[in-house]
Amino acid sequence: MIRFLLLFSRQGKLRLQKWFTAISEREKKKIIRDMTTMVLARQPRTCNFLHWKDLKIIYKRYASLYFCLAIENQENELIALEVIHRYVELLDKYFGNVCELDIIFNFEKAYFILDEFLIGGEIQETSKQIVNRAIEASDMLQEGDSSEWFEVELFG
Amino acid sequence: MKELMVRAIYCEMLGYEASFSYIHAIKLAQQGTALEKRVGYLAVSLFLNESHELLLLLVNTVLKDLQSTNLIEVCMALTVVSQMFPKDMIPAILPLVEEKLNHPKEIIRRKAVLALYKFYLIAPNQVQHIHNKFRKALCDKDPGVMTASLHIYLQMIQENPEGYKDLTTSFVTILKQVVGGKLPMDFNYHSVPAPWLQIQLLRILLFCSTIFLCRDVAALCIHCYCIQPLSSFPAILYESAKCIGNFVLSLKINLKYLGLKALTYVVQQHPKLALQHQMTIIECLDHPDLIIKRETLELLFRITNAQNVSVIVEKMLDPFLKIMLCCCIIYTLFIVLILFSYEEYTYAPDNEWFIETMSTVFSVGGDMMQPDIPNSFLKLLSEGFDSVEEDRKLRLFAVDSYVSLLQGEPGKLPQRFLQVISWVLGEYSYLREELEAATVLRLLAKLLDMKSTSSETKSWVLMAMTKLCEGGAGVSVTQEVCETYGSSLDTVLRQRAQELQHLSQDCELRARVLPRGAGLEPLEVDSSLSFLDGFVSEALAAGAAPYKAPHQRQEELAQAKALSLEPYGLSLPISMSSCSIADRQSPTLLSVSSGLSTTLKLDGVKRVWGREGYLSEREPVEESAHVEVPSPLQSPSQQGEADSSQSQTLTPIPTPQPEQEKQQLASSLFVGLGSQSSVCLMGKSESTTQRFRRKAKDLAVSSLEQTSQLSQGPAAANGICDVELTGSDMSETSPTLIRDNGVVAADPAPHEDPDKLKDLCLRTHLPAEFSGLCHSEITPLCTNQTLDFSACHLQKEDSLALVVFIYNSSDSDIQEILLELDSDELEVSCVCDSPVQEARSHSVAVCQYSLTVKRPSVHVEVVGTASYQFPAGTPHSAQFSYKLPLTSFIRPLTVSTEEYGAMWLDFSHDTKQKLTLISDGQEPLTDTLNVLKKKLQLHVVEIIGMEGIVACRLLRDQPCLMHCRLHAGTLSVWLRSPVPDLPDCLMYHCQRALQEH
Repeated sequence: MIRFLLLFSRQGKLRLQKWFTAISEREKKKIIRDMTTMVLARQPRTCNFLHWKDLKIIYKRYASLYFCLAIENQENELIALEVIHRYVELLDKYFGNVCELDIIFNFEKAYFILDEFLIGGEIQETSKQIVNRAIEASDMLQEGDSSEWFEVELFG
Repeated sequence: MKELMVRAIYCEMLGYEASFSYIHAIKLAQQGTALEKRVGYLAVSLFLNESHELLLLLVNTVLKDLQSTNLIEVCMALTVVSQMFPKDMIPAILPLVEEKLNHPKEIIRRKAVLALYKFYLIAPNQVQHIHNKFRKALCDKDPGVMTASLHIYLQMIQENPEGYKDLTTSFVTILKQVVGGKLPMDFNYHSVPAPWLQIQLLRILLFCSTIFLCRDVAALCIHCYCIQPLSSFPAILYESAKCIGNFVLSLKINLKYLGLKALTYVVQQHPKLALQHQMTIIECLDHPDLIIKRETLELLFRITNAQNVSVIVEKMLDPFLKIMLCCCIIYTLFIVLILFSYEEYTYAPDNEWFIETMSTVFSVGGDMMQPDIPNSFLKLLSEGFDSVEEDRKLRLFAVDSYVSLLQGEPGKLPQRFLQVISWVLGEYSYLREELEAATVLRLLAKLLDMKSTSSETKSWVLMAMTKLCEGGAGVSVTQEVCETYGSSLDTVLRQRAQELQHLSQDCELRARVLPRGAGLEPLEVDSSLSFLDGFVSEALAAGAAPYKAPHQRQEELAQAKALSLEPYGLSLPISMSSCSIADRQSPTLLSVSSGLSTTLKLDGVKRVWGREGYLSEREPVEESAHVEVPSPLQSPSQQGEADSSQSQTLTPIPTPQPEQEKQQLASSLFVGLGSQSSVCLMGKSESTTQRFRRKAKDLAVSSLEQTSQLSQGPAAANGICDVELTGSDMSETSPTLIRDNGVVAADPAPHEDPDKLKDLCLRTHLPAEFSGLCHSEITPLCTNQTLDFSACHLQKEDSLALVVFIYNSSDSDIQEILLELDSDELEVSCVCDSPVQEARSHSVAVCQYSLTVKRPSVHVEVVGTASYQFPAGTPHSAQFSYKLPLTSFIRPLTVSTEEYGAMWLDFSHDTKQKLTLISDGQEPLTDTLNVLKKKLQLHVVEIIGMEGIVACRLLRDQPCLMHCRLHAGTLSVWLRSPVPDLPDCLMYHCQRALQEH
């Protein structure tokens, strides 16, 4: 099970956080601090995995943004790395050549995509198309309440 | 509003508190239009967590949205439900979510499955009844829904691998389909078909541990870099070892990491596989990346054996100095390794080495270590080993080295180490006769004066001084110390100082309280705290409120603010009347004693015994020992191979200097890996099996030496391997055979013919005195070329008899079959005249045992080993295990209601749970109790209205009382017994019995 996902910039500024288990505010702050210092301190050309307490931390850097995922100890690191990558692919497909600013200004969208991809710490849907269709369908709500129409689009 | 909410989320993320907006998020989710609702739900799921009280306000919104006709709203509701939902509100929405499993849209079905998965995680009891629906989800035509259901299955199979064996084929079929590219194209991830799904399936199959896995799956596995599930299939291991080599060599750092990890798994099974990669491993040790280094150390840890332990330890200690922070975990592992290896007396070269290494470990590890490490070290010292002389030397050396450490610069030593030192000196410094107690006292007093010493350490020191201050030695020092700390603000310190003062003056009392060398004797603790009864009754008489057990308080609290689960407008009054008086009355009185015990117990112990109380703790050591690795026996042919490969790498080739050094290091690190002396470090918890295995090994070795004909050697060794395998196989399958209470009377389930015949044939050999009793099915235990072992058990009035049949299928008689049974939970006594049996050719020998329970556990297991000798003279042995449910030891206990009431008050161990009710008939309570009575052999004492009281006993004469009450459609059951663990185990069986019904 995935415990949490953090996105932060090279300066250590948090861009997105998602906790899949109940953690107190204080603990969260501590984790965020630990993660940023640990991950940012890594040299280039070192491996993408870390150990922290009883968790495995998988991180990957995309341009100036670090994606940092914590999984339980018995899980596979590489597949978690691919989870990060798939999420980036999803963001990329949605925003079209995603950059850090996209996530800053539309970060609720990033959350919506994440919610369609991961749920409760498990992977919900791995197909890019299906996730995108679900997101687009919900976005249609914004345009107007023509629910008949988008239902056909979404689930047809 | 929506914009504002988004900003609030952003603020929260930046670390500013935005709790004022929580309630607005809920309002937005409730009242907004569809889009606002979406942001509202998002905000709620980011702001609140499962235990937050505001979440209750969301329940109604979720209920409404789940019933909405708008699919998007349903989706949103399901998403938020599967992210967080208050546990006690689950019943309110469960039926709606269940209904969604049949929804025509797959996205809804998928989310519903994941929501149920979440429920399963937080409250497994509540979703028990819908297991069948999960099966339907598994067979769903949409792959997404099927994938989602795998999460649930992984969880359930982890908990109960036996229960889902029938699904194994389905999982394999799914996997085959996935690998065969049968899924839609959009499930491909960089041209690998659905890798997440594959991994998930492999993890499930790992728990099913099926033999269906074929080679193409193996190839795929490696393709997915997933070695772990494979480590249980030796045949594939050899193939994978080659691929792993490539991984480790890989320049890509992530693959290297994975390669090392995989190698660690593989090496656990076959240490000699590491030989191929030794040079690579050495290189990894010097890798700049700490994480890689750490993995390498872990790998080295796995291959430790008697010959290379000191090199490895040296190598490990060196990097620790630099990378302490990230190495805490392995550090612990490693120390436990040393401790245990020493206990085995095989690894450690000598006493000095051991003590010195431990000193280094303590001073390097310092206060980062878990407290159980020093504790187990001290335990090791105090329990000692087989020979008294060795113990004395070890302790003496410890005292010497610690005294010299204290004479040096004790200020630099970590607190934990100081605690260890002071304990050792207090306990054992009398061993060194020329060392005066006064000198030690002065050294210890010096510790007290140091600023850096923590108050915990100070109390250890004072304790040690108390032990030392015998016969007026160092009176001045003690006096001084007492004066300083007698008025300390720290109460513990003050108490210690008082003790020191009193005991140093009163020799007689001291000798009684702290007899020398008695640190080992188990302490007797009056857990019912009967000596406080007087105090309690006085307090009660003076008008104090009687004590209430925590769960009782909780229940009262819950009842006081019971919430309606129904949507507003439909609310029903919660039945307050269901709480009855009988339940209330009895606990209040009795819990006075049991409740107080939790707070006062520790004081009682500490006052007299101080910190040594820790030493009787065994669990931490045992737990950490699990990591260690059993190593398989290796047949001589493998051994030869290993030796040759080893000698190959060691052949002196003219190499440049650094290369040579590395090779030297390699040879010292990997020495002894390939030989039959491979690592045998099993945890203590498995000590019984380990003992057997070791015996088996010894036998194998000796047989090799004895027989000059080598051709027989491999056969013998292999034979033993086989036996072991079958033995463990049996233990896996046996529970299914004897699950339902074990007693299958004269009508056994339809068998295959040969089995039945054998069964019948064996049945005639049952001892005459058992002829009238019903017995369990005769279960085959293990079989080899000559002997068939099978067993059954019989329930007698006051004991449980285990009968083992040994059928000799060879043409020659076998004499002197020595059968030994052992068990962690049971007491096994042999009924026959002698444990040695003789089996004539083609006939059956019968051994009889009587079993009683030592320590209750849900299932108890008897492990047996049989060693026997052919007329030709080659010794053989076979192992088997026999598993029984605890219910076989349960007998009805006939008591009257008054006696029941009296007993109820005396018992201190209890557990409480809600069970499902059998509600087919008119009277659910009576029906349920009758089912329990039939299945578990309980005695129903009386049924009064909504309540029933039931009694039973565990052989011999360990009563357990059960109190049942109908409450809101469930049966709340309360079990009490004087035996720890018994209520929990029995509760488990009650639950099972009702489920199976």
